[in-house]
Amino acid sequence: MASSCRRPEHTGPPDVFYNEEEARKYSQNSRMIEIQTQMSERAVELLNLPEGQACYLLDVGCGSGLSGDYLTEEGHHWVGVDISTAMLDVALDREVEGDLLLGDMGQGMPYRPGTFDGCISISALQWLCNADKRSHSPPKRLYTFFSTLYSSLARGCRAVFQLYPENSEQLELITSQAMRAGFTGGMVVDYPNSSKAKKFFLCLFAGGTGVLPKGLGSETSDRTVANQVHYSEQRCRFNNMKGKSAKKGRDWIMEKKERRRRQGKEVRPDTKYTGRQRRPHF
Amino acid sequence: MKLLTHNMLTSHVKGVTKGYPLLIKATEVKVNEVEFNPKFVCRMIPKLEWSALVQAADQLGHREDLPGELVPDYEKNEDFLKKVHRVLLEVEVIEGSLQCPESGREFPISKGIPNMLLNEDEA
Repeated sequence: MASSCRRPEHTGPPDVFYNEEEARKYSQNSRMIEIQTQMSERAVELLNLPEGQACYLLDVGCGSGLSGDYLTEEGHHWVGVDISTAMLDVALDREVEGDLLLGDMGQGMPYRPGTFDGCISISALQWLCNADKRSHSPPKRLYTFFSTLYSSLARGCRAVFQLYPENSEQLELITSQAMRAGFTGGMVVDYPNSSKAKKFFLCLFAGGTGVLPKGLGSETSDRTVANQVHYSEQRCRFNNMKGKSAKKGRDWIMEKKERRRRQGKEVRPDTKYTGRQRRPHF
Repeated sequence: MKLLTHNMLTSHVKGVTKGYPLLIKATEVKVNEVEFNPKFVCRMIPKLEWSALVQAADQLGHREDLPGELVPDYEKNEDFLKKVHRVLLEVEVIEGSLQCPESGREFPISKGIPNMLLNEDEA
């Protein structure tokens, strides 16, 4: 694993990784601040909030409150949740406007239904894909997070997550759990052709229908569409299903694979060979 | 922690069904000036659980003579909106704890940040 040393989530749990030293970087390193602010700007743009209205927003993994600063600038009120006390201390030092909360996103969001007008999260979601304790199950924690988030958002609102996915399986795990929790939407990729400026945003809708925004800097706009995860068809297939299909048939296998996928287990991709009989042997 | 956040916060301990409203046990309360935005306060009022807000404000001694029932026509009543604004956004609990009404679990508040982390057996 050559890449593992470059990914902070491989080095340790978030509450340990973001210690005082790491937290200080977020208040002093101007490059880090600039990137974080840029990403928050884009995330808020993707939230598509009504213009000129002060909204009540949730910032998951708010850290030192860099993304929150941007929200305050835009005139919104926000609540930030983070698991790292060192990062929250930095946020206190910087005297951010929003209210802060020490919490673990994998344990669910403790809010009343319909509280928030939107949710943003900058580079936090990928931390949930790791099991830092023996009792942690990433699919379960993701599902708890998404289902409680879904209920705490007002209907027709959006949640935008900027994340650095490790591979396509991780993305699949995240999106399938979000879909299970009731969200619709998909990935928006900004600058898909650039290796450095490329940014992934998971744009989720809580109820209501929305059209997924286009990624920036993608001249071939259909590329973004290809990166989208199509939930609607998959959901329909399951709703239309009446009873169980015949055992050992192709439908039965597909159903079983789908079920395993929803449980977050490793499943082979569906191909034209799925459910076919092997050639006869003597 | 502002009272607006408190009004939205529920207990998420395993097995608790409602877990609302959380009881505030404050040892230090501060009042911070925040810019008054009548539109925002108007928008938040329907989302609030009014009785929980009055109860919480009462516990902190900052009730600002808020009525026990929500007054009709509050959109035009600027005086009333200012009072609500003060209670919602300016009064902050700095030290103390929140207690889940069902399980009795306490969530400590330090430096204005409630600690909502659960133990492994509670999640």
